[in-house]
Amino acid sequence: MGHQQDDVYYVPKNSYWPIVAAIAMFTTVYGAAHWLNAQPGEAGFGKGMFWTGVVLVLGMFFGWFRSVIHESRAGSYNAQVDRSFRMGMLWFIFSEVMFFGAFFGALFYARIFSVPWLGGEGHGVLTHQFLWSTYSAAWGASGGGGPAAVGGAFQTIPAWGLPLVNTLILLSSGVTITIAHHALRGGRRGQLLLFLGLTVLLGSLFLYCQSHEYMEAYQNFNLTLHSGVYGATFFMLTGFHGMHVTLGTIMLAIIWLRCAKGHFTRDHHFGFEAVAWYWHFVDVVWLALFMFVYVL
Amino acid sequence: MAHAAHDQHDLHDHEHHGPPKNFIERWVFSTNHKDIGTLYLVFALTMFFIGGSFAMVIRAELFKPGLQLVQPYFFNEMTTLHALVMIFGAIMPAFVGLANWMIPLMVGAPDMALPRMNNLSFWLMPFAFCVLLSTLFMPGGGPAGGWTMYPPLSLQGESIAYTVFAVHLMGISSIMGAINIIATILNMRAPGMDLLKMPVFVWSWLITAFLLIAVMPVLAGAVTMLLTDKYFGTNFFNAAGGGDPVLYQHIFWFFGHPEVYIMILPAFGIVSEIIPTFARKPIFGYKAMVFAIASIAFLSFIVWAHHMFAVGLPMGAEIFFMYATMLIAVPTGVKVFNWVTTMWGGSMTFETPMLFSIAFVILFTIGGFSGLMLALAPADFQYHDTYFVVAHFHYVLVTGAAFAIIAAAYYWIPKWSGNMYNETWGKIHFWSSVISVNVLFFPQHFLGLAGMPRRIPDYNVAFANFNMISSIGGFWFGASQLIFLGVVIHTVFFAKKKSPDRSWEGAKGLEWTVPSPAPFHTFAVPPVINDDELAHGHVDH
Repeated sequence: MGHQQDDVYYVPKNSYWPIVAAIAMFTTVYGAAHWLNAQPGEAGFGKGMFWTGVVLVLGMFFGWFRSVIHESRAGSYNAQVDRSFRMGMLWFIFSEVMFFGAFFGALFYARIFSVPWLGGEGHGVLTHQFLWSTYSAAWGASGGGGPAAVGGAFQTIPAWGLPLVNTLILLSSGVTITIAHHALRGGRRGQLLLFLGLTVLLGSLFLYCQSHEYMEAYQNFNLTLHSGVYGATFFMLTGFHGMHVTLGTIMLAIIWLRCAKGHFTRDHHFGFEAVAWYWHFVDVVWLALFMFVYVL
Repeated sequence: MAHAAHDQHDLHDHEHHGPPKNFIERWVFSTNHKDIGTLYLVFALTMFFIGGSFAMVIRAELFKPGLQLVQPYFFNEMTTLHALVMIFGAIMPAFVGLANWMIPLMVGAPDMALPRMNNLSFWLMPFAFCVLLSTLFMPGGGPAGGWTMYPPLSLQGESIAYTVFAVHLMGISSIMGAINIIATILNMRAPGMDLLKMPVFVWSWLITAFLLIAVMPVLAGAVTMLLTDKYFGTNFFNAAGGGDPVLYQHIFWFFGHPEVYIMILPAFGIVSEIIPTFARKPIFGYKAMVFAIASIAFLSFIVWAHHMFAVGLPMGAEIFFMYATMLIAVPTGVKVFNWVTTMWGGSMTFETPMLFSIAFVILFTIGGFSGLMLALAPADFQYHDTYFVVAHFHYVLVTGAAFAIIAAAYYWIPKWSGNMYNETWGKIHFWSSVISVNVLFFPQHFLGLAGMPRRIPDYNVAFANFNMISSIGGFWFGASQLIFLGVVIHTVFFAKKKSPDRSWEGAKGLEWTVPSPAPFHTFAVPPVINDDELAHGHVDH
């Protein structure tokens, strides 16, 4: 690949995918906003518009990536374009780190400041005395998700059960994708497909366990999105992480197909590497989650 | 789908020599940094007038005490949307438009690093504002809880869902735009264009782009929590559930303070290009200017709670954030002194871009000083949420950011259009703006110190005189910007006077080595860098 010379810049041709993407995202969010505000039983256009938007977004991804893959395989991208793609992916992952940072920030703030203050610590003493004088602050089940126990009593997920299994699953998937990468660089196709396939399986297994854990939480533990700030941080952090794992698993599956079709060479496989970086990012976020949401 | 085959067909035909003839093909499917830059600038100007019309409603209502023209809820919608439109619709897209146009020209690149993503970054913006502004025409009305969207107030009504999603779209747009700018600067520079030979404008955008990628996701997270609190029963900001409304303010301002610098650092960059040109001297202290921008950016992450001195923070936090905030005066002072020193002993001429830049230096400094007053936690208990704050941030955003953007438009429009603007009308625009803007905002300092709260449609009769003066200044300033619109339209479509390649006698930098107007494609092969042509080619390292 890359039979273009490095000292000639490459500027891609015009494309209609960006405007399709903008329209698709607009359709999705406008539909979602309308749907969220629909009265119960009201037949609005929101739901239909939202799902239309989702289909458009998926179609857009398919079409845009298809044209990029075609151009890549036609050898249009030189080393400079490759570097731009790498920078783009790394900074995108950095933005994702900051997105999770907002929710981790909320978790730490609730644990370190707002819940103890409601229990009368520090400068929360008056709030405690006048509003919730019987509340004894604690994190998790014994704190009841805040002074008014808005979601009712609940139990928390024990860290050393399913979450530990999930940690091991994700850590192993980090190993398998690295083996797959080495196999790709060494030109061993069989090993590549086997270990990349294993990574996809491990990702799916993680998602299965996570959904099982959610059902357990809702049905047996009464741990829900309404369980005070504990439930809010628990489900938003693990939920957004789960969405990222879902996305990562789909990306890995697509890369597996591309490997099977022989799209990648030993030293020209940025698509593979980008997904691998993303997968490691998802892995690291999970380690932080396991530590701060489940264990501590 | 006819294009798919077309796409494949001439994959290797990268050399276009002019813009596509088809209007849609050219402007909607664009991968050209100049066209996308123009789209951004036109969009920003449009939003500037929409946001400005909201401000006119506010000033008209405040012309006299008592409820005069509009209902209080509509007034609150106007204050909220004026801010959102001006920040996310006018100032930020204008800077991104300038970055699109100028950065590739300044570093010798043929285009942005990721041109198609660039196009998506732009096209998300009109859709985001359709989502946001459509709420004005809904039965429940638009967002009216202030642009900061503090819960629980912002969670009342239905518009919050639309506002949150609009913010998401703007955030995605900003992040993609910022990634593009970083990749362009780090990867697309012509050989020989060392980092420390880049124009200060390019440096300011490199650092701004980093800030954008770091904080726009945090805003996305904050508003997502608003959305789930309202519609999905979470308790992030509900004390009964163990949450805290103040938590929102912390997360919001962790975004919000760097955001303030996102709106001023590129302005620093612009002024650092214009003043050396018209003083006919290289910028004084090039490296100090770059390091000052970087240190301001770093400090912006550790000062956010100075927006929250009055919410009941622990004493230690108040003191930390007070001193950290005052530290920012040091690098900012370095910049102001360096601009003044650049002018010192220069052969100065006072064309319109230079006039706006000098006004920037003086009036932004006034805004900086009132900021320093607000940074004092004990004093802020008095100033908090008064018109003093309004005066402060309008000095830094209108006479700061907006003046720099206007200066940039006058400075580079000969390069963009190939025509020279009408200097007389430019000067009329300047003097009309600079006088009226002070009539508009200076009395607001006095109103604030006397205790007039912000975001209210009615006020004590004691504040009547200064409000009337401020409103007169407001209408005058708003009308002055119609002159700007006229000058721009005249320059682009009707002006007879052509601009040479180097539009200004003292201008240095790669952008002045290409013809005016800049051809559709520039630097298809990397230019040979001649240090004498660069503004900072001979800086001692």
